[in-house]
Amino acid sequence: MLGKTAGGLYWMFRSLERAENTARLIEAGFRIALTRSTEAEGEWKSVIVTSAAQAAYEAKHDGYNSAQVTNFLLRDPDNPGSVLSSVKIARDNARLVRTALTTEVWSAVNETWMLLVDLLAKPVKETELPEVLAAIRHQCALVRGALTGTMLRKDSYHFCQLGIHIERTDSTARIIDVKYHALLPASSLVGGRLDNVQWETLLRSVSAHRAFRWAVEGDYTAPAIAEFLILDRRMPRSLSFCVAQIVASLGYLADDYGERVRTHELADALNARLEKRDIAAIFDEGLHEFLGSVIRDVAALGQQLEQDYRFNR
Amino acid sequence: MSSDETHFSEMQTSEGVRPPYASYAAWFSEQDAARLEKKAAQSEAFFRRSGITFNVYGDSDAEERLIPFDLVPRILSSQEWTRLSRGIEQRVQGINAFLHDIYNRQEILRAGVVPTELIAQNDAFLPEMMDFTPPGGVYTHIVGTDIVRTGEDEFYVLEDNARTPSGVSYMLENRETMLQMFPELFSKIKVQPVSDYPKNLRRSLGACAPESCTGRPCVAVLTPGMYNSAYYEHSFLADQMGVELVEGHDLRVVDGYIAMRTTRGYRRIDVLYRRVDDEFLDPLTFNPSSMLGVPGIMDVYRAGNITIANAPGTGVADDKAIYSYMPDIVEFYTGEKAILKNVETHRCSDPEALNYVLDNLAELVVKEVHGSGGYGMLVGPAASKRELSEFAAKLKARPANYIAQPTLSLSTVPIFKKKGLAPRHVDLRPFVQVSPKGINITPGGLTRVALKAGSLVVNSSQGGGTKDTWVLED
Repeated sequence: MLGKTAGGLYWMFRSLERAENTARLIEAGFRIALTRSTEAEGEWKSVIVTSAAQAAYEAKHDGYNSAQVTNFLLRDPDNPGSVLSSVKIARDNARLVRTALTTEVWSAVNETWMLLVDLLAKPVKETELPEVLAAIRHQCALVRGALTGTMLRKDSYHFCQLGIHIERTDSTARIIDVKYHALLPASSLVGGRLDNVQWETLLRSVSAHRAFRWAVEGDYTAPAIAEFLILDRRMPRSLSFCVAQIVASLGYLADDYGERVRTHELADALNARLEKRDIAAIFDEGLHEFLGSVIRDVAALGQQLEQDYRFNR
Repeated sequence: MSSDETHFSEMQTSEGVRPPYASYAAWFSEQDAARLEKKAAQSEAFFRRSGITFNVYGDSDAEERLIPFDLVPRILSSQEWTRLSRGIEQRVQGINAFLHDIYNRQEILRAGVVPTELIAQNDAFLPEMMDFTPPGGVYTHIVGTDIVRTGEDEFYVLEDNARTPSGVSYMLENRETMLQMFPELFSKIKVQPVSDYPKNLRRSLGACAPESCTGRPCVAVLTPGMYNSAYYEHSFLADQMGVELVEGHDLRVVDGYIAMRTTRGYRRIDVLYRRVDDEFLDPLTFNPSSMLGVPGIMDVYRAGNITIANAPGTGVADDKAIYSYMPDIVEFYTGEKAILKNVETHRCSDPEALNYVLDNLAELVVKEVHGSGGYGMLVGPAASKRELSEFAAKLKARPANYIAQPTLSLSTVPIFKKKGLAPRHVDLRPFVQVSPKGINITPGGLTRVALKAGSLVVNSSQGGGTKDTWVLED
């Protein structure tokens, strides 16, 4: 397949995943704003920081409030990571690689774009926010469903999967990093007892609050939650799960093309850092340092992927 | 149904429903108007969701637009079609022979059938193509011939599109839409299928591969990119043929071949179905500032290592000044009288003709010699006094840039309106594939329809719509 096509598929699904993650973040922020009005400003700020948009946001706005933040994250064209911008990028890439998509995947992403242009034509009222956020999640799931349900399992499919899981790794790492520290009164208290509601937001940001209860027998302790989000391979948004998926997709490409490239080495190295790890050891290393290095490694992996498979000129 | 006596109505004459429409008219009379209205809305949603759109240049707020689809088909009998397609085939043979001659021995010029200056002064003529024969001797691999009808047996060619004719995706999608909306119709009425087009195109292009190609020819479609007005069609055709859709920056010259950048390195292309204009094809040979083409492709082409479809320089055959000579051209090369008629054409380069045109501007249609898509034309009867005088000034400034034709009494086919059927003018663009193995014409083509009552302008860029075109089985 064309390098450009591989790149288009990859960015299409990365952008969709970003749109969905942003919607989940807003949901978590909104939840806090509703239940804890005094902490809302800090929570909204951490949402902006997590989505790596602090500079762009502060260039336009003073202070953090629900209406401004949600508007910036949902529909601001100046924010390249806003849901609307991300879905536009996804749809433009889909048009670019239309020949590599099934009709169902194309229709799903085109419909998603049409629907969101409509839903986000004006600032979303607080009363409509839950519905709009649900629609975003629903639409992204629809496109992913069409992907897994209709696309041939060949290289094109795996470039889509790589887009999903590279973006998701980055997003989950950022959420844990920012929220974990934002939630703690002081870093010396890592491992201490935190308020249940705060922990719940962290889990809620990745839609894992109920999964956690089912999967983990025990309390909402910092190590238990960190372990769940970093190391639990059953959890589809954990770092460990996402990296394993990246390794699997790359493994397919190596078999199909009969060639291993540098991307494989980077992925294996990252995977090794998450395999058979003990959460206590990660805390010893320093959680923030650990997550920072994962974010950097994943970015390097993405760049290597583009180079090895000739996405660009 | 209201009937306009001055134009030929393809569905209904004063004697009643014409035979090709008999079964359809019977079916239609039993339909519930509300159901049909719902179907019309459904078809629009279908086109929108599938992204079957085109872009309008200079229209910033509506980047992608739908071409309105009308659900009443345009129907031709198999006899009508046989005659039409024979005429088209003959014409396309003539065009291809003309192109070969013009770029080689130029016998037609020496014979005085076509004036030399018409070629010498033609912007579309490419000296780079002189003394070179493309693989298989084919110049125009895909042709769209615009045909209008003025009476029961009166068909005229309005223009030949020998460069990069658009619209085939609409022909195919219109049929798909009709099949989805009215499956029962197709079990009642036997219509010749069009769905083979992409498969045949792949085969036809493959048959034009250069001799240096060994094994199964690798075909690709070259698009200027997704902001081009016909991008949907480019991606649709590549997808339907199962070949890559490439842009200039995906391609480069590798070891004397054209190769595309894949995830596994560069891979050779044998046949490039390009939808990029000549001027932008090779910055080393033509427009040096173009980013759309491939530097060096003309050298590869002349070395016989790639087929470019359509060949560069084919535009010399389809400008509107050459058009006026087409019956003579056809006769010169085929030795037969042209089956399809030409519309009477005044070449404004001729001072006498220019005077006539200026005197009769209000009755004529004036077109730019190299124009397309309904841009830069004047429809005299529909123009205001001011538009007429403005256009007269343009004509005087550059007479050779224009031709003029009488306004034809185009046939009508009804469109569906809430109040019932209403007659609207139509034209027809059948699509032709040419290879050394033969000429293949898909039964039907794209019917374009003016949506405004009385209007003769059917171009999608000017607000026209489309219809499914049926050629009945015997």
